[in-house]
Amino acid sequence: MKFSVTVTLKKDVLDPQGKVVQNTLLNLGMNNLNSVRQGKYFEIEIDSNDEIEAKKKVDDMCKKLLANLIIEDYKVNKI
Amino acid sequence: MNSSVIVFPGSNCDRDIALALEKLQFKNRMVWHKESELPKSDLIVLPGGFSYGDYLRSGAIAGKSLIINEVIKAANKGCLILGICNGFQILTETGLLKGILLRNKNLRFINRDVNIKVINNDSKFSNKYKKNQILKINIAHNEGNFFTNSDHLKELKNENLIAFKYCDSSGNINENSNPNGSLENIAGIFNSKKNILGMMPHPERMIDNQISNIDGVNLFSSLIK
Repeated sequence: MKFSVTVTLKKDVLDPQGKVVQNTLLNLGMNNLNSVRQGKYFEIEIDSNDEIEAKKKVDDMCKKLLANLIIEDYKVNKI
Repeated sequence: MNSSVIVFPGSNCDRDIALALEKLQFKNRMVWHKESELPKSDLIVLPGGFSYGDYLRSGAIAGKSLIINEVIKAANKGCLILGICNGFQILTETGLLKGILLRNKNLRFINRDVNIKVINNDSKFSNKYKKNQILKINIAHNEGNFFTNSDHLKELKNENLIAFKYCDSSGNINENSNPNGSLENIAGIFNSKKNILGMMPHPERMIDNQISNIDGVNLFSSLIK
């Protein structure tokens, strides 16, 4: 069973890297650009037939290591 | 005084800190991160560097390493813990210190000597300094921008847990004297029991007048009973 995890900075945390990407996109002439936020993406494969159980495991992984909940949010999806 | 310096793959200030400790007559041991036991220590140091190549987040992987469980146990028993630079980042990732070190505001790696002010000298780490003393200490980091939530910031202020703040050579603490964007110019903090100090500046680089200055010496001499 495969899951995707997206880790992004919380809304009110400054994202200087995203800001630089945004400015560069603007320099490239990409108009109507409101904001760019940079994040991290993981694909996690788990040996399991129980989706609920497996998703719980991935959730635990996010809390313990993949995301720092002080500044980051995460989303888990089955893929 | 017995000290242990924890060495991770990618640590690069471990021998500097060992030299500083030995200069002040600490009996120091180097402890590899895969060890599961700590030698008897009055002080444990998490040194600077780029543990695990800063993979995931600075300090995140080291913060879950085998030896860290022992460091957490020792810390909870009151052992003195000093985290410098990457060591500070590791301490926040373990939860021994609250807050986090974000990417520098200007997105650049900063390596230069900066001024810091001793905000609280009533601790085992800073008692040989004078309150408000201005030190010149080297910083060398990419993620030194201290950030925390408003409750923790209140706690830091009300309980006097801010150890050092960035300032200019006259002691002014403002945006111009803030090298990395840290919240309220914070350069180092204690936990609530003040047995743990995390700081971004490198006192171990300031122990010899021939290569820098000796502003870091009193941090180590403060620790000696």
